[in-house]
Amino acid sequence: MARFIASRLLQAIPVVFLASVLVFLLIKMIPGDPAWVILGENARTVEYEALREKLGLNQPLYIQYGKWLIHVLQGDLGVSQINRFPVGTMLVLKGQATLELALGAMFVSTVLAFPIGIFSAIKRGSLIDRLLTLVTSLFYAIPTFWLAILLVLFVSLRLKWLPPSGRVAPTEDFGQFLRLLILPAITLGVPTSAVLARFIKMSLLEVLQQDYIRTARSKGLQERMVLIRHALRNALIPVVTVFGLQLGNFLGGAVVTESIYLWPGLGSMALHGILTRDYPVVQGVVLFVVVVFVVMNLLVDLTYGFLDPRVRYD
Amino acid sequence: MADAISQVAVDLKPRRQTLERRLGLEHSMFWSTAFRTLRAPGGWSGLLIVMIMVLMSIAAPLVSPYDPLEIHKTEQFLAPQSPYLFGTDEFGRDLLSRTIWAGRISLLAGAFAVTFAMAIGVPLGLVAGFFGRTTDAVLMRVMDTLLAFPGILLAMAIVAVIGPGSLNAMIAVAIVSIPTFARVARSSMLTQKNMDYVMAARALGAGNGRIIFRGILPNAIPVVLVQISVSVAFAILVEAALSFLGLGTQPPDPSWGNLLQTSRKFLYQAWWYGVFPGAFLTTLIVGLNLFSEALRDALDPTRRNLF
Repeated sequence: MARFIASRLLQAIPVVFLASVLVFLLIKMIPGDPAWVILGENARTVEYEALREKLGLNQPLYIQYGKWLIHVLQGDLGVSQINRFPVGTMLVLKGQATLELALGAMFVSTVLAFPIGIFSAIKRGSLIDRLLTLVTSLFYAIPTFWLAILLVLFVSLRLKWLPPSGRVAPTEDFGQFLRLLILPAITLGVPTSAVLARFIKMSLLEVLQQDYIRTARSKGLQERMVLIRHALRNALIPVVTVFGLQLGNFLGGAVVTESIYLWPGLGSMALHGILTRDYPVVQGVVLFVVVVFVVMNLLVDLTYGFLDPRVRYD
Repeated sequence: MADAISQVAVDLKPRRQTLERRLGLEHSMFWSTAFRTLRAPGGWSGLLIVMIMVLMSIAAPLVSPYDPLEIHKTEQFLAPQSPYLFGTDEFGRDLLSRTIWAGRISLLAGAFAVTFAMAIGVPLGLVAGFFGRTTDAVLMRVMDTLLAFPGILLAMAIVAVIGPGSLNAMIAVAIVSIPTFARVARSSMLTQKNMDYVMAARALGAGNGRIIFRGILPNAIPVVLVQISVSVAFAILVEAALSFLGLGTQPPDPSWGNLLQTSRKFLYQAWWYGVFPGAFLTTLIVGLNLFSEALRDALDPTRRNLF
């Protein structure tokens, strides 16, 4: 077990390292010299040279990278060029909002996926199964930005049930916080529910063919018990993987949903950074998201082993 | 007893020839796969949807009732009605025509990104899998790194560097799609490289290049085909998302993504603005998904009937 964790960690480290190089280089590749950008076009060459010296821009790239990395490892991701706010602090604040949204979306997708997956597995081949398959294909294909527009049009503007966009802190007004969370959580959760439902169905179908299920049935257990106590438990193992990977996705990939609902999370932060050419912010968010993503993958791998002792770690 | 005997007799009768056999398709991997894909309900209906969309985009100048950029000053925000079946936008432009023309960008993005990603990813994966050791470790760690970025975020970051626009968005989507092709090609290489035919080719004196590209590549085609059909849908979605975020196709040129983006400003006045482009995009994605699902089932009989 310890060896497995160690080897997975060793695999994750180069990925994070390379990602940091990539993020660093990405910003360096942007055309235009930052010194000229800061000084403006009419600056004198002396000033320009002095600023380049001060910013460390005339040092070789690997030294610049090294210095940047040392700062990053100390938790110093620089400050936003727009509002001079420390990027690290911004990440904590925005990360919180993104986490709320991610958990909301996981909740929605679980609530949708379990009934769909279980029903279509036990009623396999029936009309209801086909209908549910159709629903999941639609859920899977629908682009989040279209779904969001439809939801806002119908639920907010037509029925006036929920506010169309924005976020208030849960500590401030919990009721309003939930009302504002519902639509973004549905938008983000629906496509994932399709993935989850398919995995639940597939894995349940596989488990239901096993001998121990026949044993359970033949000893006279009710079908409900067979399903809940015996089948579902084992069927859930692969589902956990999907669940974890999707959560990792949500934490970084909710750019579109966040921007539509004006949800001030990491995705909005990244988009805003890109649109305003605020590069320390872009660097910070992208690096943070990659680290979170890699860590989530690692956790998923480890949980898998805990849940299913048959999985060997070597 | 008589029943049992007649039953045996029935079993012994040559099985009715399937259509597949009668057409003589079962010996060709390609044709039998194509046949089985298209026989599945998802396969033919998916292909039909995609074909209609492709034809519609190619024939956009013929089938769209108006010029997508033509402004009708007095006819802004008309609800769907004759002659504007999908209504008009803030400049009185015909939304049906704009939606049809927008399909061109999406389909082009899908085709371009996937061709580019395949042309780079597949050779990389084959080489990594074939040579193993350091080559494999280095190449695949780079691919893992690219995969560690959420697709849309990486595409956004690339666009941030190379600048927004249709072509740049397609390039970004292409780069994002490279690692999946590399992975698929590599795993196919790993299963193939120890097979007897490879050893035979080597014994005959074939060089590495010949073995990889003439021997193994053709065997990797089926899995790559499945990956293509999945990646096209992904590429179209990401391009639309980039345009939606203002980083892809720029107005006044229509793309499904930027039509949806603009529609957000006018949700109160014009419900129809975003509904139709989104419906077209979703339909295309459904079609592509149905087709790729059927193709995968046709190539891997053990997966069949699970969904």
